[in-house]
Amino acid sequence: MPAKGKVLIEVKGLRKAFGDNEVLKGIDTTVHEGEVIAIVGPSGCGKSTFLRSLNLLEVPTGGQILFEGVDITDKSVNINKMREKIGMVFQQFNLFPNMTVKENIMLAPVRLKIMSKEEASKKADELLKRIGLSDKADARPQQLSGGQQQRIAIVRSLAMNPDVMLFDEPTSALDPEMVGEVLSLMKDLAESGMTMMIVTHEMGFAREVADRVFFINDGVIQEENTPQEFFANPKNPRLKEFLSKVL
Amino acid sequence: MSFDFSKKSALRPLILVLAVFLFISVAASPAAAADGNFIDTIVDKVYETLIEDDRYQYLITGLQNTLIITFFSLILGLVLGALIAVVRTVHDMKGKLKLLNLIARGYLTVIRGTPVLIQLLIIYFVIFASVDIAMVPVAIVAFGMNSAAYIAEIIRAGINAVPKGQFEAGSSLGLPFAITMITIILPQAIKNILPALCNEGIVLLKETSVSGYIGLTDLTRGGDIIRSLTYEAFIPYIVVALIYLTVVVILTYFVKKLEVKLNAS
Repeated sequence: MPAKGKVLIEVKGLRKAFGDNEVLKGIDTTVHEGEVIAIVGPSGCGKSTFLRSLNLLEVPTGGQILFEGVDITDKSVNINKMREKIGMVFQQFNLFPNMTVKENIMLAPVRLKIMSKEEASKKADELLKRIGLSDKADARPQQLSGGQQQRIAIVRSLAMNPDVMLFDEPTSALDPEMVGEVLSLMKDLAESGMTMMIVTHEMGFAREVADRVFFINDGVIQEENTPQEFFANPKNPRLKEFLSKVL
Repeated sequence: MSFDFSKKSALRPLILVLAVFLFISVAASPAAAADGNFIDTIVDKVYETLIEDDRYQYLITGLQNTLIITFFSLILGLVLGALIAVVRTVHDMKGKLKLLNLIARGYLTVIRGTPVLIQLLIIYFVIFASVDIAMVPVAIVAFGMNSAAYIAEIIRAGINAVPKGQFEAGSSLGLPFAITMITIILPQAIKNILPALCNEGIVLLKETSVSGYIGLTDLTRGGDIIRSLTYEAFIPYIVVALIYLTVVVILTYFVKKLEVKLNAS
């Protein structure tokens, strides 16, 4: 386990209910700078809801989320400002089809006046070069493969220089032969020191890249451990059952 | 000379319809049976009803008014409709603007629940009763307010049809609601609803045919005046119908072109 940096995210008693259906029933955890956390669990367990609560795409019904010391669940906090520091990658990529690849990457930095047009253009070129898609700068997202789209979605978030990247099942919508290219970009990102939280079904990836693995079930983190212990020596009976099915 | 049926032309159905109308009008004319010369009969009839005493001027004035009313009510409908759609969307997505949303919903219920003719009559004879105002602006207000209700729901449906993930992606980048709406959601929505908006324009064009009720000479009223002057119903009404049809076909043609262009981008 790498040396822990300072605390980046602190979650206290996080609850989320949709009507009468309580999906998150009190989640407590702390994430440090530079950590890579994989979140696994059966479908419907609340792992995506948990991740989406961290940038308030789902508004929690209880508890606190401290991001860099600021409680983002406080209504007086400008959530858009906080989201600039919290990148997110979606299962369905969600690139903007009405723009070119490069415009997708430049949109937020330019519109939010974080960079000038020239700076953003330079940054976009660098990022596209890094993922080997420089020749696709002027293409439309729909012309690209799923793997290419997801890698562009990742660098679109990176263009904002976020402090943490959230991944919501980033490879689940991909054809099998494209999973590798996305995972390898994510691995590069992890090695460069990016703080990452990844909801995933890729157990091999979790074991190889994560610093900690969370098992969410019934709306709580039922077990968290280093990947070695988590996979080799699970303690929770539900986790044992889950692993026996997916490994 | 042979027709090239492989060539796609928007005007071909129009020509076909024209030919059918011509045939029916000649066949239905009692004089046609008598002397047997179809073409001469029809030309005579058109001359007697439309050309003599320059009666075609009623149709020209009528068409002008119809086009002016349609164009400006469509603009009014788009502006007002977009405003209503945004109020409704903001309310549905963020739970804000409760009062405005209530007003918008009431407006939609009343406008869509009553005939446009009654709305026109109320606006002209009740609301503007004591004001000396030209009829065309009144018609523009009435038809514009009416079509705004339908356009609002079209735009709202267009916004709702953009995948939720697009909004989430914009939000997750830190973009405020308004910027996400303007740069990401609306461009996609408008592309989706263009056929429906065109349809609304066509419906509007035809709905303005009730303008005669407030004494305004629109295209339909123009034909009606000619009928009352000549006691000949057939030619003026058929010609009026053909003029509407021609305008609609031309409009449809240009919207098709625009759609192809938008799809390419």
